[in-house]
Amino acid sequence: MTTTEPALADAPVAPPPGRLTPRKVRWLRRRRALGRFWRQYRASGMGMFGLVILTFFILMAIYSALGYGGSTNPIETLQNPTLEPPSLEFPLGTDNNGISVLSLVIKGSKTSLLVGLIASVISMVVGTLIGMAAGYRTGWADTILMFITNAFIVIPWLALAIVLAALLGQNLWIIIMIIGLTSWPGTARLVRAQVLSVKERTYVERSRALGGPGSHVVMKHILPNVMPVIFANTILTIAIAILSESALSFLGLGDPLNITWGTVIDQAFSKGAITIGAWWWLIAPSTCIVLVVLASTMIGFAFDEIVNPRIRER
Amino acid sequence: MGTQRYLLGKLAQVLLTLLFILAFNFFLFRLMPGDPVTLLVRQAGATLSAEQQDELRADLGLDKPMFPDQFLDYMGDTLTLNLGESTIIDPGRPVTEIFVERMGRSLILLMTSTIASIVLGMLMGIYGGWRRGGRFDNGSMVTSMILYSMPEYVLGIILLLLFSNVFQIFPTSGYIDQVADYTGIAYVADYVNHMMLPFWTLTLAYLGEFYLVMRSSLLDVMGEEFITLARAKGVREKYVLRRHAVRNAMLPTVTLIALSFAFVLGGAITVELVFTYPGVGLLSYDALQNRDFPVLQGTFLFFTLAVLIANLVADLTYGYLDPRVRTA
Amino acid sequence: MSVLSVRDLNVTYTTKGGDVPAVRGVSFDIEKGRVLGLAGESGCGKSTIAGAILRLHSPQTKIEGTVLLDGQDVLALSPGKLRAARWTGASIVFQGALHALNPVQRIGVQIAEAIRVHGMAGEREAFVRAGALVEQVGLPSRRIDDYPHELSGGQKQRVMIAMALACNPSLVIADEPTTALDVMVQAQVLQLLRSLQHDLGLAMLFITHDLSVLVEVSDDLAIMYAGRIVEEGPAERVFRSPVHPYTKALAAAFPEIGDVRFRGQPSGLGGDPPDPQLIPSGCPFHPRCAEVTEVCPTIDPELWRAGEGRTAACVHAEGAPVFEGVQR
Repeated sequence: MTTTEPALADAPVAPPPGRLTPRKVRWLRRRRALGRFWRQYRASGMGMFGLVILTFFILMAIYSALGYGGSTNPIETLQNPTLEPPSLEFPLGTDNNGISVLSLVIKGSKTSLLVGLIASVISMVVGTLIGMAAGYRTGWADTILMFITNAFIVIPWLALAIVLAALLGQNLWIIIMIIGLTSWPGTARLVRAQVLSVKERTYVERSRALGGPGSHVVMKHILPNVMPVIFANTILTIAIAILSESALSFLGLGDPLNITWGTVIDQAFSKGAITIGAWWWLIAPSTCIVLVVLASTMIGFAFDEIVNPRIRER
Repeated sequence: MGTQRYLLGKLAQVLLTLLFILAFNFFLFRLMPGDPVTLLVRQAGATLSAEQQDELRADLGLDKPMFPDQFLDYMGDTLTLNLGESTIIDPGRPVTEIFVERMGRSLILLMTSTIASIVLGMLMGIYGGWRRGGRFDNGSMVTSMILYSMPEYVLGIILLLLFSNVFQIFPTSGYIDQVADYTGIAYVADYVNHMMLPFWTLTLAYLGEFYLVMRSSLLDVMGEEFITLARAKGVREKYVLRRHAVRNAMLPTVTLIALSFAFVLGGAITVELVFTYPGVGLLSYDALQNRDFPVLQGTFLFFTLAVLIANLVADLTYGYLDPRVRTA
Repeated sequence: MSVLSVRDLNVTYTTKGGDVPAVRGVSFDIEKGRVLGLAGESGCGKSTIAGAILRLHSPQTKIEGTVLLDGQDVLALSPGKLRAARWTGASIVFQGALHALNPVQRIGVQIAEAIRVHGMAGEREAFVRAGALVEQVGLPSRRIDDYPHELSGGQKQRVMIAMALACNPSLVIADEPTTALDVMVQAQVLQLLRSLQHDLGLAMLFITHDLSVLVEVSDDLAIMYAGRIVEEGPAERVFRSPVHPYTKALAAAFPEIGDVRFRGQPSGLGGDPPDPQLIPSGCPFHPRCAEVTEVCPTIDPELWRAGEGRTAACVHAEGAPVFEGVQR
């Protein structure tokens, strides 16, 4: 039978001085579990590769947020050569306004990652709430919630997103809301399935039999078991959110005041970069998107392998 | 007996979902800030007196109470395929007419690429999973992960750059050569020629995902005891693969593939834009740019219906493959 | 000539964490019409032996020794001959018919597959035979059209038995055939196995951790611990008067109602079986042994004589060499 707590006999740790309260014990267990998790994670080549790349881009975003990265104001770049292929001075070339594509990429990283993060948090929260509600209270509430969820999965998200954007406008926050509110079904389904499988485990019933009130059961037992799955899923949701934002931007629905990788591609495409042959303008932001999504996928994979131990090596 | 019940159940589910979506569609567009008539008037750049606006409203049936009158009107209209008329793109033209023109191109593109994607992905996944860790598997895994991480339109752009700009093999846009007036075989050849790049974009874009899914399912199944039993009985490896492993690995694969249909459709929109392929996807983009709401509503319905039908097909296929859902 | 003759069998799994020696130097014989019971806790290597006899392990697993089935060394057969020998020379009744049957194929098809793979009959006749086999195990022949999920656990186990008999094997290996069943059904299935074995004169290798079951079914008994056989002999005698302390502990853990010996306290065996990668020095059982002596951690016990037709790998066996500090 599996429990969430690792055996205390796992790694010897001297008890801290002072009284060993239950809370301290729980803390120790969690720290040990985290340490073990990290060791396992480090062993995964894919996971580490993904982590390195993601960190690189996060640093890039922070770098941009602090104000560095070069100018993206067309007025300031009037002297720069336009549509120059990559050179020593402009490692990623320039766009039709003479702006260094490298600057565009750096500036874009901040918003792209931010949108991806916030949208996926929204999606995760909504999805988790609905999934847990559906999973915990079976009966007509579950059926209805699941019906709605399934109906939403059928709706092609981009079609819905287009309609919403047309109706509500092109503000950055609206975009975030749209993405967040159209991608919750996946998480909801996953959470519900996990809640159901956890419910079946005996110790939830035991706690009930001992008279623990409803929410006590939820928090103490179901949540810790559902969290790892949610967490692994969140990484993938971030990747999907980033892809979604770039698609919306590419369709011209992005916030014109904010630069994201998607808006750069959109600009490049609309200004005929293909016909001109200014491949760097298109490829640079595209590569960033691909790398970030790839990194997230790999991290998600590595997570999944650890959280779902399936003996596949034989 | 069980099969019938399963079929009926699925059909009922589809119909119910359809109704839900129609209702959703209705309320969605009524969310418009402002009132449709003022919007129309503003877009047309005309000025109408208050009376004339009221008349217009009555004409469009907007003076009736939202629920149930407008709602029922809407349902009735939609179910009889009266989707209104375009306001900006082709003012006055019935939406359904615009659709009929474009539907064929999109459907052909989508269906062929989806089928190709699924078939290729599955075959590769089976081979990769069977020869796990081999060069094919490792190479395919890397390629698949990269393709999976690429937005479809990026892939389209890359293919476009490569094959239209660098190697000038395929045309850059459109679905036929509008100037040369081909007929017969030449027409077909031209059609196919124009469809090549968007077709390959969509096929490759989802190939990776299907590969990974099939491979993963196959690996899971291969650990099951009935595989060992089949070998113990003296069955040759290739039949163990075909009759026992694949037949079972298909089940979760079909389910997971069905879940991705909604994304495939999204990809269709952006890819049609990249290649200026005049299908329903490009139509929705135009409708979006111009805020032509009747058309937009129509495309939304079209896409949703497409996914719904695709899911139904997937469900039926699953029912055929897995006897467990068929027995009561 | 024995139906099965195993000599110095070594099976080592290769894993990421190193080599795991699951079976270390096991030898035994099974004569025609005799049942050898193989007992031991989980992880002692008994199921590994079952897989080794038909060479069902993955290619990475290292197998050494000789396995003579009907006179042929299974470990040296070419792939073609190996496949021919599978199921016709020896067949396996798997445990947990939960997933040992292909869920998407009808029972009859799966049984007939065994028959047809060995060219023993054409399609129609194979199904007729499948029906007859199914009747032989106590199910109506029309059940061959059912899918596995339409049968109960006990019925599935019977189907496994029917399948095992499909090619008239000389040896049937029963690998925990009753473990997943509840007690009443267990008794029925055991009864079935016994009568079939007797009527058809089969040699049988019965593998389980449940000693009480073995005593009823087996002619001879072999007890395994940490990859080795630690005691062997006629079933009744080994159970009633065990020599090896491990056997004593096992026997004591299964009290029989009415047997005087078991009145009073129930007994158990403390501790866990050793990790195959961390086998204790000397006699692997010494850390848990109730009769341990000071020489036990230093000597490698062999199967010494422990009575008429019996052997035991313990310093306390009567045929063991004299060691200092060991009383007999």
